[in-house]
Amino acid sequence: MKYDAIVIGGGHNGLVNGAYLAKSGLKTLILERRPMVGGAAITEELLPGYQFTTFSYAISLIRPDIVQDLQLVKHGMMVLPMSSTFQPGYDGEYLLLGADKDHNFHEICRHSREDAESYRDLSHLFDRVCFALKPLLDAIPPNALSDRPEDVAHCTEVRNYLQNLPADVQGLIDRLWNGSAADILNDYFECELLKSNIASSAIIGSMISPSDKKSGIVWLLHKMGEYDGVFGDWGFHKGGNGGFTQVLARAAQAWGATVMTGHGVERVIYDSGKVEGVVLDNGQELRADIVVSALDPKRTFTQLVDAKDLPVDLNQAITQFKFQGSASKVNFALNGLPRFPALSGRADPFTGFVNVGPSMQYLEDAFADAKAGRFSRKPFVDCCVQSTVDPDMSPPGKHVMSCFVMYTPYHLADGAWATEREKLGDTVENTLNEFFPGFPGLVEHREIVTPLDIENVTGLTEGNIFMGELFSEQMFLNRPAPGWNQYRTPIEGYYQCGSGTHPGGCVMGAPGKLAARQVLNDRQQKEISKN
Amino acid sequence: MPQTTPFHDRLIALNQTGIWKHWSGYLVAPRYQYSETDEYYAIRNAVALLDTSPLFKYVIQGEDAQPFLEKVLARDINECQINEAQYTCWCNEEGFVLQDGVILHVDKNEYWLTAAEPTLKYFRKQAEAGAFSKLEIEDISEAYGILALQGPHALDVLQALDVEVANMPYFGVTRTHLKGMPVVLSRTGFTGDLGYEIWTAAGDALSLWDSVMAAGQNYNITPMGTTALKMARVEAGLLLLDVDFSSARFAWVDAQRETPCELGWSWMFRRLAKDERNFIGRNAIETQLKNKTQRWTTVGLEIDWHDYERVHLEAGIMPPKHGVYCESTMSIYRRGDVEWDYVGYATSFLYSSLLRRPIAIAKLPLDLAKSGTQVDLEIPVIKKPKNVLARVARVPFFNPARKTSRFVND
Ligand SMILES: Cc1cc2nc3c(=O)[nH]c(=O)nc-3n(C[C@H](O)[C@H](O)[C@H](O)COP(=O)(O)OP(=O)(O)OC[C@H]3O[C@@H](n4cnc5c(N)ncnc54)[C@H](O)[C@@H]3O)c2cc1C
Repeated sequence: MKYDAIVIGGGHNGLVNGAYLAKSGLKTLILERRPMVGGAAITEELLPGYQFTTFSYAISLIRPDIVQDLQLVKHGMMVLPMSSTFQPGYDGEYLLLGADKDHNFHEICRHSREDAESYRDLSHLFDRVCFALKPLLDAIPPNALSDRPEDVAHCTEVRNYLQNLPADVQGLIDRLWNGSAADILNDYFECELLKSNIASSAIIGSMISPSDKKSGIVWLLHKMGEYDGVFGDWGFHKGGNGGFTQVLARAAQAWGATVMTGHGVERVIYDSGKVEGVVLDNGQELRADIVVSALDPKRTFTQLVDAKDLPVDLNQAITQFKFQGSASKVNFALNGLPRFPALSGRADPFTGFVNVGPSMQYLEDAFADAKAGRFSRKPFVDCCVQSTVDPDMSPPGKHVMSCFVMYTPYHLADGAWATEREKLGDTVENTLNEFFPGFPGLVEHREIVTPLDIENVTGLTEGNIFMGELFSEQMFLNRPAPGWNQYRTPIEGYYQCGSGTHPGGCVMGAPGKLAARQVLNDRQQKEISKN
Repeated sequence: MPQTTPFHDRLIALNQTGIWKHWSGYLVAPRYQYSETDEYYAIRNAVALLDTSPLFKYVIQGEDAQPFLEKVLARDINECQINEAQYTCWCNEEGFVLQDGVILHVDKNEYWLTAAEPTLKYFRKQAEAGAFSKLEIEDISEAYGILALQGPHALDVLQALDVEVANMPYFGVTRTHLKGMPVVLSRTGFTGDLGYEIWTAAGDALSLWDSVMAAGQNYNITPMGTTALKMARVEAGLLLLDVDFSSARFAWVDAQRETPCELGWSWMFRRLAKDERNFIGRNAIETQLKNKTQRWTTVGLEIDWHDYERVHLEAGIMPPKHGVYCESTMSIYRRGDVEWDYVGYATSFLYSSLLRRPIAIAKLPLDLAKSGTQVDLEIPVIKKPKNVLARVARVPFFNPARKTSRFVND
């Protein structure tokens, strides 16, 4: 059986990529190793009636044009808005932000009147930064190493675009690209609850603390998503993020792609620098002129093909590419809603992100543990009780709670994850118990997902949730390697479309979309030069 | 002082915003929470509860009820069997619409009707003129309250209250009990989703509210204000009096009046040739259908997503989407060589969060009313008029299977 295109990996980027290729008329096959598609975005019913978002749990960055192009609404896409963000503190202190900006103003005023005003200023400036950078998120980045005139012109065009942005927008972009979130936050705010609430976006999934100079860009990427045109707002997909990848699979199939689960790819077949197909792990060979890897850069360049066949500088870049898993999940089935004593009896604090990590120092301390090679004794926990928004996530009257836990280094200095995992679960329960007294009594079941589990199940190297750290030296011109940031590889017809390519990780779909655009551009070029 | 509905004592405690508005002289909450979008999503994802008591409510009974309704209503009441409801309208002799409403055939010779405007005197006058003597028309607007329970889990909530409604078809009606309280229940609503409406005597209203809210808690039941309802009804393609049309009764000139065909309700008269009814407005409507003299029709419009993005991005701003629902008139132009070739207007505009595109309800001449036809819709972009591409679309824009599906008792 010969296909025009084979996509390796049925994560959300592979599905997006395959759907676009099929839509353009290519006979497309998407191969997923696991029995289900979705990769890091899956929902599993571990206990009857309880839907667990095993890995990723919230959605924002998914590109709005993908929703239109692939007609995802028709296939069931439905993102439910989060109506609050909750930052519990000690001694009954808290910050509870919601949908109304005046209400938020007064809520922040309880802590600092100046912060309340600064919050508006920074939010507005941030919106303008996101607006300015949005076109770059939705375009193939320029190739800075090429001296082809069109590439040189492309680089100049992007440089000019950035240089012509208003000075205040440029200023914040520079600070985010090269500096720490803590630095910016300290300039704007004094309230620890507010600072640490915002800082959570700047460390999530990354082996850095908010004072690290690499945290600005992590923050930036997490604000660039949109909900109904509002930057930085997040939601829950109906049925969890796995509900979303099921939508993508239906759309891909409706556009004509074949999705085959339970079929892992052993390696890519190529000859004389040209791709010819893939070999499955059962030995079967499948032929195609185009092969797209939706796996991470390490697998794309060192496992699916022989690294020896690649240029030395690319090899070196991939070897140096940082993965550094830093996060775990602990997912709970609960027999009731957690209780924050100062807001006892209220469900609204639990209808969005609940960030446990009440001060900047708390986050720094949590990171110090990770630097010493152990998981944080008092971890930062991003909790989402999705069932408060989507009643179909749990049996009536019960709840599911997804907890994203940091820091949990992939490489432990002492011991192994096999023996540390239950201890991690207990640590999370104890931490939550400090803020939500009686929490352990609510737990009916828990699922612990360590960085090693993430790696083993999804194939994300070291369990890095983004297919590689989102540090500026690994972004844009350099994702995953200088000169190889345009979805191509040195092997003709072999492409890459995972989160390890521009613009990076998160349930965003941009890598899948842009890689498809590149594949189709190249085909068109080939057609033109043939004629 | 505005009136309050029988549920008001509970609504006060729930309205976090402190904002109230008036609906037919009653206090209602446009929204209970800070975000109407959350309430909207309760309709599509969980279950929402709305107090629609400000509607005018009538009981029409007696041996002459059916012949009377056959005469005053434009849609054929004979098609509405016992235990069925019907969406209907009534017209004047010129065939212009006075009002629309939902009528429930509750029992033999007994009908319950909702209306947006008072119509007691008008009906009584018609009864007298037609010599329908075995007829009683009672205004129960004050004596009864209505709750709309809408959303995918609406049936679960009723079942948790031991109300046996699983077999009730779309637009079914039953007279039953809920926690011992007599109610009239219909599988109707204004959201285009699975939903029920519950009529209760005013004295039972608070305990009905409490029972439904308690039973709904496990399904994230959310009190819904009128804004969320209006957003949902645009997706459902349902028209609102005084927004998408006006009552012929209080219009000054015919330009303000509209016939059922002009409102897109020709489907109500599909069997007109076969029935002999002598209803008010028949001649005019029949003539209009035959001679195709309707001046326009009412259609759905889907605004092109890319074009909507473009006009805003070019102006340097994000396209307004969050909570965008508006009832102001927007002009529509024919696309072609002639600039600003005015052809019609939109009456309701919504950025549908669920459908992820702007949609509208619009009036267009028949030659532009076919599904897929392209027109330009004028929208303000930083205060300046800009045209965006829009296409005539079939309504409802959103039509989930659960709205009409048959469920079975389990
Ligand atoms: C714990 C966790 C929490 C997260 N939380 C969020 C969140 O809340 N919101 C958010 O936006 N992002 C979140 N992320 C990040 C986001 O989920 C990922 O960046 C994104 O899902 C990666 O998608 P992808 O398609 O690029 O890769 P993946 O989802 O990793 O897909 C790769 C696929 O390839 C398959 N595969 C691997 N090897 C082979 C092979 N040899 N042959 C065939 N198939 C193969 C894998 O099984 C997998 O399905 C989270 C990630 C993790 C791990």
